[in-house]
Amino acid sequence: MLNRLTDTLDFQGQALTLRAERQRLLASNIANADTPGFVARDMDFATTLRQATAGSGAGPMATAGGHRLPVAANGLGNGTTTVDLYRRGVATLSTTSNAHFPVALGEDGSDRSLLYAQPAQSNLDGNTVDMDRERANFVDNSVKYEATLRFLNGSVRTMLDAIKGQ
Amino acid sequence: MSMLKIFNVSGSAISAQSQRLNTVASNLANADTVAGPDGQSYKARQVQFQSVAMGDNETRGVKVSNVFEDQTPGRRVLDPKNPAADADGYVTYSNVNPVEEMVNMISASRSYQNNVEVMNTAKSLLLKTLQMGQS
Repeated sequence: MLNRLTDTLDFQGQALTLRAERQRLLASNIANADTPGFVARDMDFATTLRQATAGSGAGPMATAGGHRLPVAANGLGNGTTTVDLYRRGVATLSTTSNAHFPVALGEDGSDRSLLYAQPAQSNLDGNTVDMDRERANFVDNSVKYEATLRFLNGSVRTMLDAIKGQ
Repeated sequence: MSMLKIFNVSGSAISAQSQRLNTVASNLANADTVAGPDGQSYKARQVQFQSVAMGDNETRGVKVSNVFEDQTPGRRVLDPKNPAADADGYVTYSNVNPVEEMVNMISASRSYQNNVEVMNTAKSLLLKTLQMGQS
């Protein structure tokens, strides 16, 4: 019974967790802006979110009457971003069930489907952090984090209003 | 609360950048130092950054792995009247390049500001998350 009440919150909760993860990644990139040889990482948010919510069956991406969110097959899902993300040296584990999480192992043993940002300008010390891009992404991500938070708050409020009946 | 790690990451970057700023200050202060009686002039110091994993592999902070001295020979100026002059009448100054140091300083201060901003954003987002469901 309580499950049905909280199921609708699951999707936004997943999205919020992923936003926090991405925020952390971008913070690492900004922190390492002057580290020689550091490669910037980023995630394809739409794909990661789809993977995270696919198994649970909760949320508008998986169900909602067969209606899917308009996300692009590649890229970051919004047409405004021109970042090229690429995967390199990645081995994927084959899965035998739809409920399995897809695991991708990077060359440094890091899991998750993290991508590498394509550097716009090459750097002599091998660092691929583009500060303009990282800052734009960071602000973009924090605004979207806050938006997700508001959606979540709105859902909670709607439910509480319904319970109170006034 | 994976965002709490942002404070560790940005904090490490801030401390690394402030150490870089410290060496810049030390280099600039010694830009006109002459060689002592041992003939060794001040050598410019540079920091070397290295990314370090914090917790998991994707969360990477920064640390200063090494502070090395620039080994290029110091500037030599002919000034026989100077008490610090050697037998040939040359005074050896430090090998600090002030222009390079100023550029280094601006770069360090910008990176520092960026990381402070990251921490402020993370803080306000976390505070809003703490108030989830209360408004």
